[in-house]
Formats: sequence, C-alpha cells, structure tokens
Amino acid sequence: MRKSSREVVESARSISRRGLMLGAIQAAVVGTLGWRLKSMQLDRADEFRLLSDGNSIKLRLLPPARGLIHDRNGVLLAGNEQNYRVTITREEAGDVSAVVARLRHLIPMTDTSVAALMAEIDRRSAITPVSVADRLTWEQFASIAVNAPALPGVTPESGLSRGYPRGGDFAHVLGYVGPVSDYDLSKIENPDPVLMLPEFQLGKVGVEAKLETVLRGKAGTRRVEVNSAGREMRELGRIEGEQGATVQMTLDAGLQNFAIQRLGGESAAAVVIDVQTGDILTIASSPVFDPNMFVRGITSSDYTALMNHDHRPLADKTVQGLYPPGSTFKMVTLLAGLEAGVINGGSRFYCPGHLQIAGRRFHCWSRGGHGSMDPVQSLEHSCDVFYYELAQRVGIDRIAEMARRLGIGVRHDLPMSAVAEGIAPDRAWKRARHDEEWQVGDSINASIGQGYVLASPLQLAIMTARVASGRAVEPRLVRAVDGVAQAVPDFPDLGIDPANLRIARAGMDAVMNGSRGTAARSRILAPEWRMAGKTGTSQVRNITAAERARGVISNEQLPWARRDHALFVCYAPFEAPRYAVSVVVEHGGGGSAVAAPIARDILLFALAGGLPPLDAYPPAARAAVEETWAKMQLDTPEPPQLARVRA
Amino acid sequence: MTYLDYKVAQAPTGWRKILHLNWPLVFLLASVASAGFLMLYSVSGGRPHLWAEPQIERFAVGMVAMIALAFAPIWFWRSISVPAYVVCCIMLLAVDLVGHIGMGAQRWLDLGPIKLQPSELTKIALVLILAAYYDWLDMDRISRPVWVLIPLVLILLPTALVLKQPDLGTSVMLVAGGGIMMFAAGVSLWYFAAVIGAVAGLVFAVLESRGTDWQLLHDYQYRRIDTFLDPSSDPLGAGYNITQAQIALGSGGWSGRGFMQGTQSRLNFLPEKHTDFIFTTLAEEFGFVGTMTLLTLYALILAFCLHSALTNRDRFGSLLTVGVGGTFFLYFAVNMSMVMGLMPVVGVPLPLVSYGGTQLMILLMAFGIVQSAHVNRVRG
Repeated sequence: MRKSSREVVESARSISRRGLMLGAIQAAVVGTLGWRLKSMQLDRADEFRLLSDGNSIKLRLLPPARGLIHDRNGVLLAGNEQNYRVTITREEAGDVSAVVARLRHLIPMTDTSVAALMAEIDRRSAITPVSVADRLTWEQFASIAVNAPALPGVTPESGLSRGYPRGGDFAHVLGYVGPVSDYDLSKIENPDPVLMLPEFQLGKVGVEAKLETVLRGKAGTRRVEVNSAGREMRELGRIEGEQGATVQMTLDAGLQNFAIQRLGGESAAAVVIDVQTGDILTIASSPVFDPNMFVRGITSSDYTALMNHDHRPLADKTVQGLYPPGSTFKMVTLLAGLEAGVINGGSRFYCPGHLQIAGRRFHCWSRGGHGSMDPVQSLEHSCDVFYYELAQRVGIDRIAEMARRLGIGVRHDLPMSAVAEGIAPDRAWKRARHDEEWQVGDSINASIGQGYVLASPLQLAIMTARVASGRAVEPRLVRAVDGVAQAVPDFPDLGIDPANLRIARAGMDAVMNGSRGTAARSRILAPEWRMAGKTGTSQVRNITAAERARGVISNEQLPWARRDHALFVCYAPFEAPRYAVSVVVEHGGGGSAVAAPIARDILLFALAGGLPPLDAYPPAARAAVEETWAKMQLDTPEPPQLARVRA
Repeated sequence: MTYLDYKVAQAPTGWRKILHLNWPLVFLLASVASAGFLMLYSVSGGRPHLWAEPQIERFAVGMVAMIALAFAPIWFWRSISVPAYVVCCIMLLAVDLVGHIGMGAQRWLDLGPIKLQPSELTKIALVLILAAYYDWLDMDRISRPVWVLIPLVLILLPTALVLKQPDLGTSVMLVAGGGIMMFAAGVSLWYFAAVIGAVAGLVFAVLESRGTDWQLLHDYQYRRIDTFLDPSSDPLGAGYNITQAQIALGSGGWSGRGFMQGTQSRLNFLPEKHTDFIFTTLAEEFGFVGTMTLLTLYALILAFCLHSALTNRDRFGSLLTVGVGGTFFLYFAVNMSMVMGLMPVVGVPLPLVSYGGTQLMILLMAFGIVQSAHVNRVRG
C-alpha cells in the first residue's frame, strides 16, 4: 500500500523511530542501575553491612611535634617528652560514670578530680575525647591497655609534651605552653583544628607564645577503621605532620645559668647583650619558677605561693620591670649636654654638696660635696650637683631626646611578653600624662635618673651597648630558624660626635679604674678584659624632712620593700667592646656594693667563656669571689658541638 | 470524520483541559517527591523544619505552577522559545560577571527578593529552542552540516557560560540534554559516532593537559577524576565520601535498616546527605526494595513521557516532551551512577528528592510544559 506524500512527510516528522531508540537506551541505563543496585545491595550486602556495622572509618589528627628551642651553642632549652595519657569519649563510653569508676581502680584519682572530669565530659561534645589523666607511669598505662575491653571509650595514648630541661633558667624569656583554653580560641580568627585536640599545647607567654606559628608545625592525619566500640582496628592511611621549626636563640645556657645563680634568689634582673650584633646572651629574671609546673598543670597551692611571693617570681623583670635608672642615667644627661654644646670636655661645675634651685635644696649623695668637677670626674664620682647644673642648661627635651636615642623610652622588638616601653619624660609627655607644666625640679630629678624616668634592665643594657659602640644596637633573641641564620642588621651610627662618646666612655672607665671611682672595688684586673661601668642607686621612697633632720637612715635599717634599688651597667673590653651588661637588684641597696660585683662576675664569665681565672680579680676581692662561687650550684651544660661558636 | 474522531483529534479547550492532563504522570511525580520528603525528614534526624517542610512548601507551589502551565496553548511555548533562550544566556553572562559566590562557584543571580540559578532555567530554555528549531527545519536538511552546526552553537554557548561559573555537572547536563534532542529529531547517527570519537579524544587531552600551562579543568575537577578512578587515593576528601556512600548503599541489603535507622547518615559519615547523596540514605534505610521502587517510579515517569511523545503528532510538542523527559533521565541516572561509583562525582541532585527549591520548582515547571504538550497534543 502506497502512502501519500503527505503521509510520508508526517511519518518522517514524527519522532517514533528515534523515540523508541531513545526509550531503549534509557531502559538499558535503568537496567544497568538496577543491576548495579542488585549487586551492591543483595550480592555484596553482607560485606557492606559488616563495614557499616563493625568498622567505620574515622579521621584522626596527628598533633605535630613542637619545634625545639636551642641556645646559641645547640644546648636544648625546650624539647618534647614522651607522655602517657588516657582520654575518654562520651559517645563510645556509654555509661561514663561506670567506666570512670573502673578507671579509678587503675589510676589514682581524687573525688574532686573525678567531679571536674565529669563536668568536663558533659561540657564537651559526645564525640570529643576528654583527657582523664596525664603523665602516667608505664605500668599504669599498660594496665589500662590490658583492661581495654572493660573500658569502652577509653583510649590510652602516648603523646609528646613540652619539657624544659634547663628548669627555671629560661622560664621568663621562653615562657611555657599550656592546654588550649576557650579564651585562647576566642582570640584566634581561624583556629587550626589541631587546637581542638585534648592536651594540645599552645604557647602561653614569652617566646613560646610569640613564636607560636613557627614552633607549632603542621598536623598530620590518620585514617583509621574504628569498630562499633570505638576501638581502632587498623590504620588505613597516614599523612605525617610536620614538626615545628627548630629555633636557635642567641642565649647562652651556661651564662644564663651563671647569671641566675649569681643573682642568688634576689629580686633582680641581669641582661647581657653583644655590643656588635645585639645578640642577647642572657636575659635573667630572678627568682625563677619552674615552667614545667605550668605545662603539667600547676596546683593551686603552688600557684598561690608564686603569686604571693614578695619577690614576684612570675614577673619578667628584664623587660617588664621598670626602674628609675638612677645614676646609670648620667651618661644620657652628659651626652645631651655635650652634644648640645652646653659644655665640653673641659667644662667644670662646682659641687658644694647641694644646690639651691627655686627655693628647694637638692642634695648631692656626698654631703660634703665633690668640689670642682669635669665631665669625666663627674661620672667617676657620680657627682649629682654636676648634673643638676647641667640639666638646667640643657633642658629636659634634649635629655629625653638623647635617652630615646640611646634606647630608653623606646619599645624594642623582642619575641617576649609585655615588653615595656619605659619613660623618657619631656614637657609634652608631662602635659599629656599629668596635665601639668614641666618644673625645673623635674629636670633636676630626671638628670640623675630619678623622678619620672623609668627604664627596664633590657633598655639599660641597650643604652650601654650604644654608648660603647656608638651604633644604634637593637637586641635580638632569635639566631636561626630551622638552621637558617637570621641576618644581623648593620646598625646605623647614632650620630653622636665620637669625641663626646669618648668622654662618656672615659668617665665610665674612671668609675672602675680611676683612683676614686665609685665601683673601683669591682674592677677587672686582667688588662685584656678591662671594664667600664656606671653605678646607680635609685630611691624608691621620698626622704622626709623629719628623716633628713634625724640624719639619713642607712638602707639596712629599712624594711626590704623600702630600700633603694641597686643598679649597675658596664661593658668590656674597654678598647674593643664585646659585651654590655646591666644588673638591677630590687631593694638591693647601693649600686656599687651590690649590683657592681654581680655585673662584673657575669661579664667576666661571658668574656672567659666559663669561670674566669681568679687573677682577673683584684687581690682584695678574690676571697669573696671564691666564697661566692662555692655557694653557687652551677649547671653549665656541655654544648653538643666541640667548638663554641661565638660569632 | 466522525464526531468521535473529531473529539479525539481536537485539543480540549478551557477548563476541560484539566480532564486531559497526564494524571498518571502527576501522581508519579507526587509519589517520588513524597519519598523525598520522607528521606529529608530522616536525614534531618526528625527535625522537619530543616529541610522537609520547606521542600513540601516548594513542591506545592511547583505543582500549582505545573498545572497552571499545562493550560498554556502549545503555540505559546513555540513563541517564547527564542526570547527565553536569549534571556537565559544574558542571565548566565550576568552571573559570570556579578554572580553571587557560594560553595566555591558562582551560580546564583541575586535579583533582590529572589535568588535565581539561571543554569537551571537554561536547561528548559535549551529544550524549548531546540524543539522549535527542529520543528521549523525541513526534514531533508536535518543532517546537513550547516543545519547541524546551528543547534551545536545553541547548545555550546550556554554550556560555555555555565562551565565558566564553574559548574561541570550542569555543563555536562546541557550537552547531554541537547544531544538527546538532536538524536530524537533524527540527526544522522554518523554525527553521534563522530562526537563519541571526539569526546574520547577530549578526555585524553584533558588528562594530558594536567599540570601544564593549558590545563583544561580546575584542580578540584581533576581530583574528582582521580577519586573516581581510585577512591582510596584521596583519604581526606571525596574518596572518603564515595567509600562511605557505597558502604551506606550496600549495607541496606534487601529491606534496609528501617526508616530513620540508617547509621551511616546518622553518624554524619555521609557528605551532602540531604542533597546530592540522599539516595544513599534511602538505600540504607529502605534497602533494595526501596531503591528498586524509586528506580521503577523514575522509569515509569520516563515511560509516560515517551508514550505522550510518541502519540503526539505535533513535532514541537513531541520533541519538548522527549527533551524534558531526557533531562529528567540524565539527572537521576547521573546522580545514581555517581553514588554507586559508576561515574565521577559531579554535582547533580537526585530529581524531586534532593533538597533544593529552585531545582524542584523548575523541574515541575518543565513537567508543566510536558503537560501542556500532552493536553494540546495532536491526536491521530
């Protein structure tokens, strides 16, 4: 039968043939899907059911090992110790209290710690492991592992924990780590998931906190099969994390230990800085505390004891402590005067023992007066009246400007907590701070480092290094990160006339080596280590008129907290300065009697690279030095390398 | 022609159209969507306000829209096919330029009160314009190169814009959907053979270009390919998802673990459990019975579309029906293949079941066009 042409077109236009082909293809695909479903859900159902029931796959984070901290010679200052601990996961444990009760048979737990643990478990999500006990012995750890079937949800883990093998020596500068608190997390914009792990340790203060990102490293992951009880069956894959970078400090463990021992538990601070490179070799705050206590979780009684100690062991006096620098500030006033052209090396002022200014009488420390003084002598004798006269002529603004140029009243960039800026006061500062006009008396006080002037021991060491080198030395604490040496900047010249600097240095030399120098008793005899320095004694009390009438009371008669601070700054060798040292002993009494011998000993130890030969000391001092050494419990580490690099 | 013949051959008018709707298709769509509500309720852990309730609301709106669209005369679709296509391309271009970035890709166009995903609309617009084109084109020209090139350009223009977003899943859908239209229209099979050969070549080029300056795909797209080829190669990412999805699917067995008893999705092992991977929850909780039921429902929807197309003497309506049915087929086939490990993971939802308002409403509107073609079909 023939179709009409219209019918042919119609049938061609209809999609029936292709439509049926399409239908067939679709049916084939649907069939394939059905067949695949059958094979997965019927043929292989048991296999998948097992995988689903018995074994679930979980991702576990591998906390990275924290970067090590070494001293400049490779002595370990902060490392990682093996730590056995036990965690519990609520969801897997089921009856948590029953499991914890069973755990108590294996590890010692007090009722209060159990209560705290239960509260913590309730607070955390059901799937977050919560730490039950830390620093278990191997026996306790093993007994928990053996009893695992009776302890669902309990996981014995061995992990790394921070340890400070040098004890308290570096407590202030390095700080310590601790468990991550909610407060810590709230401060971080995008917290690394590894911070959520129980017992993950975060730098809390000091270098540990400031270099946290460098030291932390990168977490790895483990993909594990976990059975229905939550126990790991096998590891499916592992991506190792990266350990944090190894940080080499500029610090010297032996010298730091000597300094701490030499400060002898006084409330004191000592800083040793390399005059050429700015390397901080020692930054010691005394008394110390054991940072390991904080890592392990400090007991409240220990913490209260630290907090209530009148010598404030937790405070880092080297960078946080601010003290009136006293006479150690005289180099600043002197250089300001010389640079301003108000005086020159030959200028003289007469000291009658006091100076009457604006109706007030300002005393020199020497009641009888020093007579006629030139700049070098003014430092040697530490004559106050010379500086009263000078300050009136220079003006406070130029003194403050010189203080800042020498590093006082300026924040120095160190990876330490709460580095204080100090105060180099001037007219603008007093207006802004106290809303009062600057008085002549303020200048008089400031000229000898009293009144509003405040400096930290670090700043005093920097000031000394700058006077010694004539360069704008900046301190640095990090020598190398992961073996890559940090560049030593080429410090710019201070822009102070070298002739003027020589006058200040000659004065500091006379303090030690002049016939009537205030610290002559603490001089170094060895010519190659000849030392220049400056004493300082800063009042922490106002001497009342009544006290003055009765005659000045000696420090020893006062209660400790009202005694003067003893300060000393120095550098050596005089001709080619290498190290500058500052020492502050809170309420120590006189700078020359208390602080100078300490600073000298530390400086000598640094120069000699260990205990110096006795003949470096003046004969009169040797007996006392030997006695001091005998009392010290030195722990000078043997550096891993044979050669002690001191570049 | 008898009165009866006339009755059958002529399209109904006015309210009587409602009697001529493809009601079995309506019920099938509603059944599949209901299964979706159940699963959304289940994966939300019994919190209907999360996904199930919004989904039901949008389904209701979509159903009303579908029936409303069914009343439109067939010439209406033909006349809006070109403007709809042009508007879609402009919107895609706008998304590429100013689109709202979400989930690592910009797909949304924020038009004040409504957020539009133009790539979804484009799928319908493409079906419309291709149906109109082949209805207009003389039969003897269909396989001539020039007349094959035109629909290719029509397909590839929006595809390129979507690929730019970047949305590989939708790009593949557009090309495959367009291909189905060309196939149904009767383009010579030689072309399809040539395209299959070219695709094989392209796959080779894509894999070869990796890591070179002219790398053709995004890194994440390459990783998906890696994961497909070896799920254990990516223990952290998608390989883990695929493994978990297959465990969920396979562990369902004959009848499943029961409603809301699936452990895989309950324990949050499953990724995207309420969207692209919802099929695994269905498989885990209702087993082979459940998955085959859903597959059968899908197959029936296809069958009814095909039947409607084959019994329609109007080429435009017939092509429209095949196009929408084909797009629907691609959706569920790709999604199921993906979760069953037969295809790499591409972001394609399970039609009518996965959570997603735009997608659901646009799909129902597409079926509204199918209904319109069905109601107005030329019987004979």
